[in-house]
Amino acid sequence: MCDTCGCNITPGNEHLVAAGGHLAHTSSGGESVEVLKGLLDANDHQALHNREHFSRHEVFAVNLMSSPGAGKTALLEATIEALGADMRIAVVEGDLETENDANRIRDKGVPAVQISTGSACHLDAHMVHGALHELDLDGIDVVFIENVGNLVCPASFDLGQHCNVALLSTPEGHDKPAKYPVMFRAADLVLITKSDLLEVLGDFDPDAAESYLRQIANPAPLFNLSARTGDGMTTWLDWIRRGAGEHQ
Amino acid sequence: MHELAICQALIGQVTDVARSNHATSVSDIFVSVGPLSGVEGPLMQNAFPVAAAGTVANEAKLHLRPTPIRVQCDECGEESEVAMNRLVCDHCGDWRTQLISGDELLLQRVILDNTAAGVESNV
Repeated sequence: MCDTCGCNITPGNEHLVAAGGHLAHTSSGGESVEVLKGLLDANDHQALHNREHFSRHEVFAVNLMSSPGAGKTALLEATIEALGADMRIAVVEGDLETENDANRIRDKGVPAVQISTGSACHLDAHMVHGALHELDLDGIDVVFIENVGNLVCPASFDLGQHCNVALLSTPEGHDKPAKYPVMFRAADLVLITKSDLLEVLGDFDPDAAESYLRQIANPAPLFNLSARTGDGMTTWLDWIRRGAGEHQ
Repeated sequence: MHELAICQALIGQVTDVARSNHATSVSDIFVSVGPLSGVEGPLMQNAFPVAAAGTVANEAKLHLRPTPIRVQCDECGEESEVAMNRLVCDHCGDWRTQLISGDELLLQRVILDNTAAGVESNV
């Protein structure tokens, strides 16, 4: 949404725009000023800039979001192993502390920039912009942004990615889309990770997970995936190749 | 607790509005918050004084106005007011709907105090 064409005026707030006009005075004499500006405008503006930067370099940018321990880094390791020969990948890693995840990615021969957020529970567009200064995008086909493990806060911040991928690991339970609708509504693809555990767990129903996803009106594809056994990896790799092809 | 980051962004915008209107302080800030924006009202109220400390909004009261979640059905075209984890059409039951309100996070209005006299002479 922007501030210029009026698209930030919704059925929920239009009555406030209609009443009064741009400036009005209150009974106490204070000056009332209509603003109608998104609180995240500065972030969204930076995100737009980041997206243009990716697109100019013909880079497909993917934001990976999940709870901590859902297998984002393991998925990236398996993805680099499978695609490393025919696609150039770079990774932006977000964590509160440590370079551990970036080092795991670097061990696979792929450039990785670690953003240590300190106490911040999410990445924002400005942090990603800072990381991009340390990343040479020439010749890169895909950038994965591994967000801070958190199913709440990252969903509110556009980073400039082309697609959001949400990971839902089988030990977490199939009702996560109903519990965290803001996150799962934002997903362009949902991966049910650690699918090799489905048999052991016995109580995770992938069809129920899909049903919860549809109930928040999200038509995104979802499928099972195990970075350990390779289940679903072909579908995932095809999705990346298609996305990368669209951004050439 | 991204509400603090959101409040800091809010204070940045409020400070800009105060400056461009030659005001020295802000008494009231009105923000509309949709449940699907991912922001919790009570947490935002707690974070607000931290972000506002030492700014023109130091003494300001934050008014949060929740907006309803409304969807329009792709199939039957009807509108429904729905719960945040069930964005399904109330009329025909189809899940293919478009959100028409409920994810806003919008600074609507501020009330400024101590607006400097003689603004016209500065123009």
